[in-house]
Amino acid sequence: MILNRRHVIGTGFATAALLSAPMVWGQAKPRVVVIGGGAGGATAARYLAKDSAGGLDVTLIEANPIYTTCFFSNLYLGGFREFESLQHSYDGIAAGGVTVINDMATGVDRAAKTVTLAGGQTVPYDRLILSPGIDFRDGAVPGWSADEHADIMPHAYKAGPQTQLLKSMVESMPQGGTFAMIAPPNPYRCPPGPYERVSMVAHLLKQTNPTAKILVLDPKDNFSKRALFEEGWGRHYDGMIDWVGPEFGGGAVEVRPDTMEILVEGEVQKVDVCNVIPGQIAGKIAAIAGVTDDSGWAPVHPDSMKSRTDENVYVLGDSSAQGDMPKSGYSANSQAKVAAMSIRGELLGSKVFPAKYSNTCWSLIAPEDGVKVGASYEPTPEKIASVESFISATGEDAALRKVTYEESLGWYSGITADMFG
Amino acid sequence: MARRQLLALVFCAVHAAPLAAESIGDPTRGATLFDRQCKACHQIGAGATNRVGPVLSNLFGRKAGAVPDFKYSKPLTRMGADGLIWTLQTLDAYIENPKALVSGTRMNYRGMADATARADLIAFLRDYSDQPQNIPESEPTARKTAPALDPAILAIEGDPEYGAYLSSECSTCHRRDGTDDGIPSITQWPPEDFVVAMHAYKAKLRPHPVMQMMASRLSNDEIAALAAYFATLE
Repeated sequence: MILNRRHVIGTGFATAALLSAPMVWGQAKPRVVVIGGGAGGATAARYLAKDSAGGLDVTLIEANPIYTTCFFSNLYLGGFREFESLQHSYDGIAAGGVTVINDMATGVDRAAKTVTLAGGQTVPYDRLILSPGIDFRDGAVPGWSADEHADIMPHAYKAGPQTQLLKSMVESMPQGGTFAMIAPPNPYRCPPGPYERVSMVAHLLKQTNPTAKILVLDPKDNFSKRALFEEGWGRHYDGMIDWVGPEFGGGAVEVRPDTMEILVEGEVQKVDVCNVIPGQIAGKIAAIAGVTDDSGWAPVHPDSMKSRTDENVYVLGDSSAQGDMPKSGYSANSQAKVAAMSIRGELLGSKVFPAKYSNTCWSLIAPEDGVKVGASYEPTPEKIASVESFISATGEDAALRKVTYEESLGWYSGITADMFG
Repeated sequence: MARRQLLALVFCAVHAAPLAAESIGDPTRGATLFDRQCKACHQIGAGATNRVGPVLSNLFGRKAGAVPDFKYSKPLTRMGADGLIWTLQTLDAYIENPKALVSGTRMNYRGMADATARADLIAFLRDYSDQPQNIPESEPTARKTAPALDPAILAIEGDPEYGAYLSSECSTCHRRDGTDDGIPSITQWPPEDFVVAMHAYKAKLRPHPVMQMMASRLSNDEIAALAAYFATLE
């Protein structure tokens, strides 16, 4: 049995040998392969390498050579940050002892415990971490598909060229034009994200195009930090933003990208920019690996982030279905540390402490007007459950909002250092 | 109606009695302590002006870092914005160890360990703030209720290995290299300061909601473990 397994690893290794440091037979270290170099995957790879002090062979597979953080990309839209400030290389992770493969994972053979790459290579693993973020649900918004229409009606919900495209569209909107956002149904990445984006677009328009309108079409009755956002929109952008919930057709929207029209309850409206944020599912490789369920997300054990389908596979961040934690970079980073500890415990026998999780989401409403929401979490047998939470209050003074914004800048530099070294 | 009045009377009596009966400390002894330990930097009373430190008149009920025209350290301003108000309880913690309550404060004072001496000094300072008899709704002068940190808690030997794991929750925001930019540095603190600070969040003496939440679920052993770990972090 062990010989067979060794044999499989051996053949895989022959093809993979070119990519990683040479190794002597008989001293082969346990292999951990991480797919996806975002807040979950980058953190997990870095912590596994750092904390195992060379005891594990850690490989990170990520399609983009440079990572653009989705968190804070709204601040770029609002003109508060340069695009380059969102970008991070994997050099620090590689320097920390992780083999970084710049390729797309296209297949997972869980029986053979191998990952196939678009470039044709096969990478064997003892433990696999999937942290592929989100994908869009086919047909989520009638009339729109990511492949055909993202250039006309961008989603800008995976940061990168899409974010830049959306910004340039907002900047070239005609005076008095309409920016429409099709908001996503739950669950989705970054719950306050669409509403922070609305705030940032409003901030940009207020300066260059003050008669422009923002129309938000939302399938949800309620949204994250709603009271805080609505208070801020009234204070900073009075009359500019129109939020339409499901009771007025916000949940039954069809788009016509060719004519830049949207249909709300059958009524046609011409818009100038349309940001379609569709319903979401786990990043594609999670479904390919067969660890997702009917919901489209991958269920995990709350105490370890281990897949409920395969004990050698872990799923982190947005892709996982874990319970109460929101899909956020902070959550993924928190989950990655628990998973890394669990894997070191399994493969190296290191001590495994009880899992603790936490999350905080900062949002910017206007210059120096920051708010936050957060919670701590613990595993129960059924799910990761919220233990304690807090949220900024309406009516807070300007000094506190400014401190909250400054704190969010500190968090960005903190978490990106924690992810990328 | 009659019943309600009666209840109100009982309520007042219960709450008013300790105020009248129990003073904070001895303001005369406090004045001597002020002259010896505070006066080099602070003025108080009629004609007081900001010196090295801010004016201390009308201190009670005031937001930290709020005296006009005084240039505070960033951490003190930040704590004020977060909601630190000078009360008997917070002042007591600050005078005991300024840097344990407000890390990075410019107040260059080693702290006053003796609880009775602090009470005397605070009684003296209290005389220069609005008095309850002047303003009924002003900060009550009741003695602080939170017990001081048990020496046994300070004596716990932390497990740095456990601290290393727990610290991964801190490093999402706090930079391990000690960079202080929007979020304070927590590396290489003396363990005792670290433990006092975390318990101050746990007791909600320090105002920050994220830190109160993080601290609230940490046990005494876990706080000691974190202190042991961060003290030695390069």
